[in-house]
Order: sequence, then structure tokens, then C-alpha cells
Amino acid sequence: MGIAFYIISALTVCGGLAAVLLKNTVHCALALTVAFAGLALLFLRLDAQFAGFAQILVYIGAVAILVVFAILLTRGSDTPKDGVFSKTWLAGLAIAAAVFSVLGWAVLQAAPWLPHETVAPNVTVNQIGEALMGRYVLPLEIVAVLLTAALVGAVIVAMHEKEGAK
Amino acid sequence: MIDRLDQIFVLLKHWLVGYLPGEWQAAAGVVVSVVVIIGLYPALFALTTVLERKGVGRIQNRLGPNRVGPYGILQPMADGIKSLTKEDIVPRSADAVVHFLAPIVLVVTVFMGFAVLPMGRNMVLVDMDAGLLFYFAMGASTELSVFMAGWSSRNKYSLLGAMRAVAQMISYEVALLLSSVVVVMATGSLSLVKIVEAQNHYTWGLPHWYIFTPWGLAGFLMYAIAATAETNRSPFDLPEGESELVAGYHTEYSGFKFALFFLGEYVAMFSISGLGSTLFLGGWSAPLAFLTWVPSWIWFFGKLLVSMCVFIWLRGTLPRLRQDQLMNFAWKFVLPMCLLNLFVVALWRFIGDGWLRWLVCSAILVLAYVGIGWEGMSRKRLGARSYRYAD
Repeated sequence: MGIAFYIISALTVCGGLAAVLLKNTVHCALALTVAFAGLALLFLRLDAQFAGFAQILVYIGAVAILVVFAILLTRGSDTPKDGVFSKTWLAGLAIAAAVFSVLGWAVLQAAPWLPHETVAPNVTVNQIGEALMGRYVLPLEIVAVLLTAALVGAVIVAMHEKEGAK
Repeated sequence: MIDRLDQIFVLLKHWLVGYLPGEWQAAAGVVVSVVVIIGLYPALFALTTVLERKGVGRIQNRLGPNRVGPYGILQPMADGIKSLTKEDIVPRSADAVVHFLAPIVLVVTVFMGFAVLPMGRNMVLVDMDAGLLFYFAMGASTELSVFMAGWSSRNKYSLLGAMRAVAQMISYEVALLLSSVVVVMATGSLSLVKIVEAQNHYTWGLPHWYIFTPWGLAGFLMYAIAATAETNRSPFDLPEGESELVAGYHTEYSGFKFALFFLGEYVAMFSISGLGSTLFLGGWSAPLAFLTWVPSWIWFFGKLLVSMCVFIWLRGTLPRLRQDQLMNFAWKFVLPMCLLNLFVVALWRFIGDGWLRWLVCSAILVLAYVGIGWEGMSRKRLGARSYRYAD
């Protein structure tokens, strides 16, 4: 494990907690970015270069930007008067705990079935590319079609709204 | 001797590191390289500011700075002292923490890009298997710092500038990525070191640079456009449009924080020019076979400075685009052309060696560009200029 793992994990957890606990919505989004960056560093520590860089490229470069844009364009970044915490936080906590326990249970149950590898697998970006273009080309194409459809749909929704406003 | 000169920086580093005990040498080598990179590019930045002010001055028929030192070459010193001694003003309503962090995040992410750029034979900090991916990951992170700067200033000009900058950077980042992917497809590797090595061959004394192939030329043009927009340079400098937004997202920054933004912008230009020359212009390889004796780092930094001169020339020549023109240009011209280029480079790869692939690929690209040009021109009714209000 080593000390770097603990530093990065602390950073990630603090980022995640700050994203939930901070009052200002834009601060939350920025704290979330810190958590994303920590996750990317964890991937890189595991020698998963592709996953790590894709995490930075997609989550910090696109998702975080999208989140702050959405916050700014929809209802401003001002903190609401009655606080940002929901009144039904107890129910939320219960649901979150239930989901976490189910997931944790599933992961623990699945562990014995996984192949027990003693040496760390060395997967290069090249191999990932070949796998995506060879064995997994059909899922890749399906995802591509799905995303294109979502893009076209989003454009149509946005255009319709504009016509109605005029 | 010539080999020594080519490897002089590598040898110097080994000599320096050699004074340390064995287990520290690897770490010390990294530290030395990082310090050199962090020292070198700001020095080049100082040089470029004079070059730019003088060059744009010449283009605009004025003298440019000429008071500090002979011909004004000590101007960057004066600028540096000024920005260091100026009062650092933070607006009262500004978000102090984010306002403070934004320039730091920008400069850090911009400098990270140099980690994977090969600046000469054996002169690369990390030869990463996914070097290009790392570069783009770092490039994507700079957008967030621009947003942080614009939002935390609590100023309408800053926020508008940041929104413009982020929208522009996201749009042109797609083009930047797609125009670089052709090189990856042709080389079969994401490692920038391997990309340079693949171009470091000569036929009849001429280099195998990717710009000298049909898809490479088209890709380089698209890359240059996207790179100019990505670094917010004129004619794509809407985020800082002085006549509209004061100074865009860094309106509320003064003193050394403003200098950091300025530095980040220029270092980003160096880094993106370096990536462009690595991808399309052969990186550190010599332009002609009989010039290979010249040290490789001279070629890399020469190409870097030539690209900076082109940036300055463009700034002095072209008028600023409008926001809708900017977006239409990105999504309706640059992006489709990049996609077409992907198709062409795949053809190039699968047709195999010979004259046929030159013919087919050139024909497709020339037809596409000429066709779009004709189509675009036929829609415009170009005649005598009419003046609406000043007849």
C-alpha cells in the first residue's frame, strides 16, 4: 500500500465529503473535482494508465465543467436561505446505507469466484485499444450509436424549447 | 563531439546527479529535469513577450517597446519587477480561496504537459506509454482553472469571459483531439517518443514528417486552428475581447497573479506548439537528411520559436471572430473535416505503400476542401460593398 495510497485516499474522501457538506453549490462541484482527481491518481497508482487519464479527461475535463455550467445556467450559485441540507436526511441516510450494504455484500460474495492472481496484470493502452476494436467492437459500436442518439435527442429538445420561447 | 553536443543536456544531468549516492540518483534526475523545464519556459516566455510586442508593433506600424535597454530587450525585466511589486488586490465580494487557487491550478496543469514532450534525442521527462492521452488529460484540466478564475471574481465581465473561454475550449478540444488521432492511427502508438521516431527517416534526403502526407497536411491545418482557439489566441481571443469584456476571466487579477495567468497562457502556447511539432513536424528530427548533425534540441526549440512567430503574425493580421462564427466554424467545418481525415488516414494505412494511396487520399481531401469552398462561396452574394448607414 504505502504512504502515497493513504494520502491520495484521504484526499479523495475529503473531496467527496466536502462535495456533500459545503454550502455553496459551486464549491461542491469543485470539491467533487478534487475527488475525481484523487480517483484518477488511485487508478494511476494501480498502473492503469488508460483508466486514470480517461478519468481526468472525461470527469475533470467534461463532467465537472458540465456540472458547473449547469449550476450557473439554471439557478445561480447563491446559497438558498433555508440551507442546502434536505429535511428528509434521515431517510436519505438509511437508503444510502442500504445501497452500500447491498453493494458491499455483493462484492464480498463475488470475491471467491474471481481468479486469484498473484502478479499484477500488465495491461498497456495498446492492448485495450486492440480489445476494443477486436473482441468488444460490437458493444463499443452500440454505445456509440446510443450516445449519438442521445446527442441528437438533446439537440432536438433544446431546439424545441427555443421555438416555444419565440 | 557532435554526439556529445547533441546529448549535452543529458550528459550534464548525469554528471550533476553522479555526485549523489546511488539510491538518490533517480529521484534527483527527475528533480533536475523538472527544475530545468520550470526555469526554461518562463525564460522563453520573457523572450517571446518582447518578440510579440516588437513584432505586433512592426505590423501595426509603430515601434513597440524601446525604452528599457538597447532596442527595448530588457522590457521583460521591467515587466517582471512591476508585476512583483504591484499591490495584489482581491475584490471584497470575491471568493478568496478559489480566487487564489485559480492561477496556481492553471500554471500547474499547463506545466504538466511538458512531462511527456520529447525536447530532443533522449530528452523526455517521462516516456509514457500513453503520453498523448496524458497531455490531453492535462489540457482538459486547464478549463476548470479558467472557470474558477471567472466565477470567483464575482464580476460580470470575468464570468462572461470564463463562460466564453470554457465553451470555446470544449468545442475546439474535440477538434484538437480528432486532428491528433490521425497521427496515432498512422504510427500505431500513443507514445510521443515513438511518434517522433516514426517520422525520423529520410527518403532522397527528405524527411518522413507527417505534414508531408495528404492527411498530415490537412490534419496539421486543423490542429493549428484548434490549437490557436484552445490557447485563446487571436483571432479566437473572444474570452479576452478587450473591447467587450475588459480582459475576460482575469479582469479582477492584479500583480503577480495576473502575471501567472499571462505566463500560463504563453506556456500553454509553447506546449501546444511543441505538441504540434512533435505530431506533425517531426519533433526534434532535422528537416533535411544532411542536417542531422545539428543537435536535436536546436531543431525542437527552433520549431517552437517559429510556431510562436506564426502565432504573433496571426495576431497582428487577422480580425477577431464573432461568437456564432466561432462556434459554427468549430462544429460545422473543423469537426467534419477532422472526421473525414480519420477516414482518409485509414485508407492510407490499408492501401499500403505505393503511388496509389497518394493519389486516392489527395483526391478525396482536395475534392472535399474545394467542394466546401465552392459551396460556401456560392451562397454568399459577393458584389459591390453596400453601406447601410453611410451612403
